Amino acid sequence: MNVPKQDFVHRFHIIGISIAVIMLVLIYFSSLVTGVDFDTFMTNIDQFGVILGQMKDPDWSYLAKMKDPLLQTVQMAILGTTFGTALAIPFSIFAARNIVKNRIGRGIIRIILSLIRTLPNLLLAALFVAIFGIGPMTGVITLALFSFGMVSKLFYEVIETIDMGPVRAIRATGASMAQTVRIAVMPQVAGQFMSDFLYTLEINVRSSTVLGYLGAGGIGLYLQQTLDQYDYPRTAVIIISIFVVVLVIDTISNYLRKRLQ
Amino acid sequence: MNLKKSKFERVKWIIAAVVIIALYVWSFSGIPLTKIQGSAGQVSVSIFNGIIHPDWAYVYNGSGEDMVSELVITLAIAFLGTIISAVLSVPFAFFAAQTKNSMFHPRSTIGKFLLTAIRAFPEVVLAIMFIKAVGPGSFAGVLAIGVHSVGMLGKLFSEAIEEMDRSAEVAIEADGGTKWQIFRIATMPQILPELVSYTLYRFEISVRSASILGLVGAGGIGTPMMFALQTRDWSKTGIILLGIVAMVLAIDSLSTYLRRKLI
Repeated sequence: MNVPKQDFVHRFHIIGISIAVIMLVLIYFSSLVTGVDFDTFMTNIDQFGVILGQMKDPDWSYLAKMKDPLLQTVQMAILGTTFGTALAIPFSIFAARNIVKNRIGRGIIRIILSLIRTLPNLLLAALFVAIFGIGPMTGVITLALFSFGMVSKLFYEVIETIDMGPVRAIRATGASMAQTVRIAVMPQVAGQFMSDFLYTLEINVRSSTVLGYLGAGGIGLYLQQTLDQYDYPRTAVIIISIFVVVLVIDTISNYLRKRLQ
Repeated sequence: MNLKKSKFERVKWIIAAVVIIALYVWSFSGIPLTKIQGSAGQVSVSIFNGIIHPDWAYVYNGSGEDMVSELVITLAIAFLGTIISAVLSVPFAFFAAQTKNSMFHPRSTIGKFLLTAIRAFPEVVLAIMFIKAVGPGSFAGVLAIGVHSVGMLGKLFSEAIEEMDRSAEVAIEADGGTKWQIFRIATMPQILPELVSYTLYRFEISVRSASILGLVGAGGIGTPMMFALQTRDWSKTGIILLGIVAMVLAIDSLSTYLRRKLI
């Protein structure tokens, strides 16, 4: 009987074993570099438990003071997402393969967009606090730039999937670029755009809660103060209220997005 | 044919418009628009100059506190954090996956709620709490990413489990395989490529997170970045920004390449 022969690589699981070895080596060196120390971890982890223990009974009287910064966080997220999205619409049209045929212009815009996307938003916040000073306006600018990078990509990917029939039909009548976009492109993508906008808003509400940590407005400032003063019962109030706000915004946004589809 | 919309249809849009306008009026009312510092233009020009004339000497000087070493530490934090969270996420995911089609699934609901709670806990706060437990440094960053990422990875993993093809499991069960055998021979090989792909995706995000955790003292490139910004050392800020962008771009393309090969 002819039994199919396995070659050397498969027979001895060369690929699997080498991946495992590489991973182990990487884990070993990473632990070395980051100073992983399980003894300290084990001896100090009860410290973590102590913090959590103090968080167990939140100082609810603090909630009244938290209301305004918490709402400001949501306001920052709404404005930042809106400005970012408004700016993203023209850029995403110029970055879409099926609308703009100029390869070089498209490429330049895409490179700019992906460069913006590489920067995490707290880093942007740190930069903008240095530039614009402390305050919620800085938070709005940070979130706007961050959403711009993210939304543009989502948008041009949507535009690239549209049905080109209406576009060709409108173009054949001699319509300008602006008219084509308004009549043939926008109606096809508006629903998905709204959905992406809401998704970005969810992410921005989450991240705006920590922006204040660097001075960019919102609840984060109080988060920093209470943590610096070891006032964990108050930190707990802030974290719980952040959790509630995030949950509420997520629920509303999920409901609206389901309705949109 | 009646093309007129019903009364409600028309009123609905007006209500929506009023709500949206009110929402924006409210949002603008909360943000003081005037508070932008006078030196904004000047500082932006300085930062831009810093990016054009970066402090090349800082890239590598063998002291262990140069940019390359800090970037390596950042990558190590992201890597270890992601590994820890991937391992922790597997049991979480099986716990949260809704595999039976019944009206109530308390186990899955509890699991999903837990994962949402973990996701809502800001990474920065976790990092600060871990700094208080294990001291400032990269280890706190590893733990923060390791715990926080479980929220997202657990959710993605459980969705992968919910959507997997169950026929292989049924086949092994029909052959009289034990639970462990079903898991090892049918379940794991089915979902492993997806789990690895999600883990790689999460690694991309963790690299970005690790580069900012230093802003609060949890190690990595964020710490020198913060010092450079505070001391207004713009050429150093410039080179660190370039370094972060290069690192993130490199990791993103490597991860995208690997994920394409996987699926």
